[in-house]
Amino acid sequence: MDGTKGFNDALTNEQKIRNFNINFGPQHPAAHGVLRLVLELDGEIVERCDPHIGLLHRGTEKLMESKTYLQNLPYFDRLDYVAPMNQEHAWCLAIEKLTNVSVPRRASLIRVLYSEIGRILNHLLNVTTQAMDVGALTPPLWGFEEREKLMVFYERACGARLHAAYFRPGGVHQDLPDDLLKDILSWAEEFPVVLKDIDELLTENRIFKQRNVDIGIVTEDDIQKYGFSGVMVRGSGLAWDLRRSQPYECYDEFDFKVPVGKNGDCYDRYLVRMEEMRQSLQIIKQAIEKLLVERGDILARGKITPPRRAEMKGSMEALIHHFKLYTEGFHVPEGEVYACVEAPKGEFGVYLVSDGSNKPYRAKLRAPGFLHLQAMDHMATGHQLADVAAIIGTMDIVFGEIDR
Amino acid sequence: MIEALRELGSYIEQKRSDCVISWGACNDELNIMVAPSNIESFVDFLRSDSRCKFSTLVDITGVDFPERAKRFEVVYHLLSMYQNHRVRLKVSIRENEPIQSVVSVHPSANWFEREVFDMFGIMFQDHPDLRRLLTDYGFQGFPLRKDFPTTGYNEVRYDEAQKSVVYEPVNLTQEYRQFDFKSPWEGAEYIMPDDETEGAT
Repeated sequence: MDGTKGFNDALTNEQKIRNFNINFGPQHPAAHGVLRLVLELDGEIVERCDPHIGLLHRGTEKLMESKTYLQNLPYFDRLDYVAPMNQEHAWCLAIEKLTNVSVPRRASLIRVLYSEIGRILNHLLNVTTQAMDVGALTPPLWGFEEREKLMVFYERACGARLHAAYFRPGGVHQDLPDDLLKDILSWAEEFPVVLKDIDELLTENRIFKQRNVDIGIVTEDDIQKYGFSGVMVRGSGLAWDLRRSQPYECYDEFDFKVPVGKNGDCYDRYLVRMEEMRQSLQIIKQAIEKLLVERGDILARGKITPPRRAEMKGSMEALIHHFKLYTEGFHVPEGEVYACVEAPKGEFGVYLVSDGSNKPYRAKLRAPGFLHLQAMDHMATGHQLADVAAIIGTMDIVFGEIDR
Repeated sequence: MIEALRELGSYIEQKRSDCVISWGACNDELNIMVAPSNIESFVDFLRSDSRCKFSTLVDITGVDFPERAKRFEVVYHLLSMYQNHRVRLKVSIRENEPIQSVVSVHPSANWFEREVFDMFGIMFQDHPDLRRLLTDYGFQGFPLRKDFPTTGYNEVRYDEAQKSVVYEPVNLTQEYRQFDFKSPWEGAEYIMPDDETEGAT
């Protein structure tokens, strides 16, 4: 059809419009990891969106079946690597529920403290990188500076910046020194200034609003149909927070508010995340206040936790216990349990089936991002191609937990 | 807590006695065994009934019990944000027996069922798009079955000579070691090769 034969009609086959299929990712800076989206586009409008996941699948659930309960704990840091301790929390809760172990008070407070630090870690990353996806470069630079400080707190508690393995079945690994608590407290005093800076950069920013307001609206019906949790629910006006509605650990004694959005769009979810960080700061301050006065043990001493070092020097039984715990591991009574926590991204759950041995018979990890990404087709259809990046950002997707 | 669960359990059993095989409450959780043929209508009932209102599907997963006649257990977790309670449904099925999909009731079941199919090879009837989800394109076998080795069968690497990715059978320089750490006095089932007490017992 080079025109030499002439056109008989105004409409030729060439002019028939065909939808355009593109591959978004797996190596795309806005895909938040290794996401491959097959997008069918009509012009710039998304007609269909088929996410291909599993590029980061490491077979965690299979591997867990051949390791002891304690050896499995570090796998949880590698799920949602943005807020590692919150995942460990679910695993510990599941084991504690089956073995009927109650966590000492101080350990419980430390867990709350670090879960909230994890929440801020996650929301800082999410809010700022979502802003980057829609064109703002400065927020990630400012946000990551604070993340760095929080990771130092992680490091000072457990020795690792990311893969903490700090929460243990029966408590936490080690006690926190007072100067660390005071440093976290002074950070919590300063952080609102940074939060205000980020807030001023984004909240009334014209471009940011144009890219986020009325994009990716989630209704109450969508929430039920697609099994959303976390901020995806709260952004649409439902005050559903597991810390409040099904309290675990000692969240019921903390004073915090559950922020909710109104319109359920990307912008409201951004606002909810910002407010949640402020509420987390409140919880952190209250937890530190309690931790500075309430002393005590940080592990429920018993079969599933190691004996004290000092005890091992003198007691043969303690030494044997320590040896058996770290080789054979502890046995969990037969049964099944589902334990969940309000992870920063939503409901993170562990379904644990135990056959009474030292290894889990089956462990299923229920990641919130898995369901959110599943609804991608529903949410992105009808939006512009450029909004896909904004929607992926607002869903808070991390592939460690989705692919497992 | 446990009282409320018992009440709910007996209410559900009374309403849908054709679906409920048995039920029980333990660890503050309500468990219901469901007949495989009725799972879809039962999940729909739980969603629409005003007292249950289990409108959110939290999770679907499988568990493999190779020694049982009904080898697989498909486990559903449901949550009601309105009534603030949870329930676990369990369905036992044979190895090649398909199970009804619940995608028409809960669209969120789509990927969960794909994952269960991918990992266990359980077929879901009337599923709109039953493809593999997490494993590699063209993957063979069902990894979460107990008879699938943890090391897998194939490994993948980039071949410098062929300038492409190649698949090869797994070749380990050392056998993958599964420690059981069980004390020889309790639990261990094997007998050491030079065990002289073998004939004595």
